[in-house]
Amino acid sequence: MKTSNDCVNNNYLEYVKSISPKTKQKRSLLRAFWVGGVICLVGQGFRYLFEYGLGMSGDELSSYVSMVMIFLGSFLTGLGVYDRIGKYAGGGSIVPITGFANSVVSPSMEFKTEGYVYGTAAKMFVVAGPIIVFGIASSVLVGILYFIGFRIF
Amino acid sequence: MKRTIYFKNKPVIIGASSIAGPKESEGSIGKFIETTLNDDMYGEETFEKAESKMLFTAIKKATDNAHKKETEIDTIISGDLLNQIIASTFAARNFSSGYLGIYNACATFTEGLTIGATLVDGCYMNNVVCASSSHFSSAERQYRYPLELGCVRPPQSQWTVTGAGACIISTEGSGPKITASTVGRVIDYGVIDANNMGAAMAGAAADTLYTHFVETGLEPDAYDLIISGDLGTLGSRILKDLVWEKGFDIEKQHVDCGELIYNICESEYQGGSGAGCSSVVFCSYIMERLRENKLKKILIMSTGALLSSVSTQQGDSIPGIAHAVSVES
Repeated sequence: MKTSNDCVNNNYLEYVKSISPKTKQKRSLLRAFWVGGVICLVGQGFRYLFEYGLGMSGDELSSYVSMVMIFLGSFLTGLGVYDRIGKYAGGGSIVPITGFANSVVSPSMEFKTEGYVYGTAAKMFVVAGPIIVFGIASSVLVGILYFIGFRIF
Repeated sequence: MKRTIYFKNKPVIIGASSIAGPKESEGSIGKFIETTLNDDMYGEETFEKAESKMLFTAIKKATDNAHKKETEIDTIISGDLLNQIIASTFAARNFSSGYLGIYNACATFTEGLTIGATLVDGCYMNNVVCASSSHFSSAERQYRYPLELGCVRPPQSQWTVTGAGACIISTEGSGPKITASTVGRVIDYGVIDANNMGAAMAGAAADTLYTHFVETGLEPDAYDLIISGDLGTLGSRILKDLVWEKGFDIEKQHVDCGELIYNICESEYQGGSGAGCSSVVFCSYIMERLRENKLKKILIMSTGALLSSVSTQQGDSIPGIAHAVSVES
């Protein structure tokens, strides 16, 4: 029986590659840069507000800023605005913490029709799941390396 | 081996109806679509239910347009893109007719026409409905990402058509006649990019077209139009190149439903796709032109990318298929 590997026609694939439209790199980078920058500016604005306005500092300060940004990301997703920003900005709006909020909220909204347990709750981490898994795994790895490097030697 | 069937009794398409969502209705063939929706939920709670209701409406109105009663329809042949073709089966439970559920991805419509015309031509049945549907939002959630996720579509991607089309094939009556059909074969050149379905399907389309010309002995200019299903701009170009390589020039006659259906603007990139794409275009614009006798002989060839979200994740390539049906006014 044929497998997918037997089907590969390299001439055809090269020909397709040569005429496929390319992503406009410069434009995408520029858009990602300015939108991502604005999101970070907003975050920094809240940081100053909480630091000088409310006198917070350290871990408390950064957790509150993250919470506000996550709220904004989720809120804009709920209003149906964040996917439009994402379409325009690409990586610029995916990388900040607001993008993470978007990746959790959007599937849970979408799958609400399948019920709160098997829909909203079960599908909530469909997109964000891998980020959490690899984030935790790599932080454990870094922790072990840190322990070996600084505590033992 | 022969893959072309000739219909001696010339089954007639006595009625057709199309329905489409807001984006398609604003497109270049929007004014030919019978039922246009302002709301792609169609008053339902879920996108799947909306798709099913669109299919139901298309079948119902096609029956009315053909001046037939529901009880006169022998069988409904229908398919869509959802898992286990639920849009079709759920629409079919509203009718007392028989039902054949079929799946060939976006090539479902011409597969249905081939089966329907065969049943009618052999005088096994008198009136058969052929229908297919797709819905952007239900396809997106099944094959890609949630709607509200802020991600970028690559430039070779296409936009699934929200719409459904149905037509009635009958032993007698007035309307365009189905004269021949070429059954496609599954062709895979190893394209693995699920966003580049035009390239995945173009090989199958070229094979079917070439086989049709060779077996019938016809040249491309025997047709007023050669209509491909949903190859999009990129896939259409590949099809023309591949067929040209085999010695047939279809540049003048070729149009693509996917290219036709939207006023190409940036967010749809290569044009429309989906099982509803060719059925909406055929059951609106093409049927109208055939009835007016402005088109005399056409070849409609829906093209399908036979992938599933599982096969894509397991790294399999995307096989394509295309069936061609020749219709004369």
